[in-house]
Amino acid sequence: MSARDEVVAAGEPWIGTVAAGQLLRIVDLEGNQAVDTLFYNAHDTAERYSAVDTIRAQGNIYLTTGSALRSNLGATMLTIVEDTCGRHDTLGGACSAESNTVRYALDKRHMHSCRDNFLLALAQHDGGLGKRDLPSNINFFMNVPVTPEGGLTFADGISAAGRYVQLRAHMDVLVLISNCPQLNNPCNAYNPTPIQIQIRGTTRSS
Amino acid sequence: MSSSTSLTQPEALTPPDELWSEQLQPGEHWSGVLRRGTSLRLTALEPRANVAAMMYNYESLPERYNMADTLKAQHTAFLTAGCVCYSDMGRVLCSITADSCGWHDTICGLSDAAMVQAKFGAGRFQQRRNEFFRNGRDSMLNELGKYGLGKRDLIACINFFTRVTADETGALHFDPQHCRGGDYVELRFEMHTLLVLSTCPHPLDPESHYRPRPVMLRARVTGPAPRQDACRLRCEENARGFRNTEMMFPS
Repeated sequence: MSARDEVVAAGEPWIGTVAAGQLLRIVDLEGNQAVDTLFYNAHDTAERYSAVDTIRAQGNIYLTTGSALRSNLGATMLTIVEDTCGRHDTLGGACSAESNTVRYALDKRHMHSCRDNFLLALAQHDGGLGKRDLPSNINFFMNVPVTPEGGLTFADGISAAGRYVQLRAHMDVLVLISNCPQLNNPCNAYNPTPIQIQIRGTTRSS
Repeated sequence: MSSSTSLTQPEALTPPDELWSEQLQPGEHWSGVLRRGTSLRLTALEPRANVAAMMYNYESLPERYNMADTLKAQHTAFLTAGCVCYSDMGRVLCSITADSCGWHDTICGLSDAAMVQAKFGAGRFQQRRNEFFRNGRDSMLNELGKYGLGKRDLIACINFFTRVTADETGALHFDPQHCRGGDYVELRFEMHTLLVLSTCPHPLDPESHYRPRPVMLRARVTGPAPRQDACRLRCEENARGFRNTEMMFPS
């Protein structure tokens, strides 16, 4: 797989593959932009990123440098090798038209959402994937603190312009991203902005 | 090695509104359909029980329990009485109407074969018969397969009776004292729901021997959530979640 360097506009999806051994860098170009992300084994998409397996295996709810991203079958799909933001969420999931009606108001249903991005990108990808293939995702650059008492909130971002996260793939992975369009909470500082996606490095067979 | 599968209560002790009851053996996996208006009480028959649960809309299986939507709508990282369990379509699969232990985990997932082997050693059927070492993921795949579901449908589960907290750094802490014998939780189903259960030990339970616990299930007809209901009134989010649900069930 060749190197790629692309900018994803605010609110849009992105789908692509990263080969085993390659590096995937996601850059928060303007700061405080949630990047909803899922990974699938490129050769067997029934194997995919699992938030609960990742949390359980590392014994911690936050993702940062050193975190191994696990699949629903327990394999390490990618590891985070560099992180200039410091903490990423994997409990908050992706926004959807339906969850917006619950969380904010019935008249928010029309607003664009990450799950609409995911569903459309999967439909156009034509790999037979659909809503069954949308488990809990990662929200890079998003801040969802959990208290020892069990409280959970969407807080102001801790990211800033130019911060990035870099991952090394341990298998060939299909990457599905929604550059989050949410306008109803501080996950994007109420102002969704573009991100940059870079894929580099030599491939190796897994 | 006894292997009685389900024990029905003696008739004299059966409450008049009870639909059925079944005892889950230690390590057993189970699935069934709970109709709207049915309530199911799960009772830990011994301390330190764990019941992993996954839920699907029985009328449209791609709609299923969504951990993230459930937690963020109710601003909580755990489940207890007053909480509802949301599907990914903004609807309420079930409400938690009673809870004697105050905390149920939904962020730690299931055990798997490698973990069980590493922790407890080999425990194969050939040697142990029906006390062989089961694990959460394979147990779920077993039940999901009965409905045409599989690996793609392994969602974040609820682990009833288990309390795992996260400290300021996000590190997880398993509470071994949390579940007492006799603790119960009651679920009132607001949609026709496929419920899939496993009584395998929680993946973070550090107990050194494989020792799943038995759990009693009792189902009764209660009707769905009334107008003045603690789960509906818990927060404005839940009021809208019930509105979305009741669009499908005009009464």
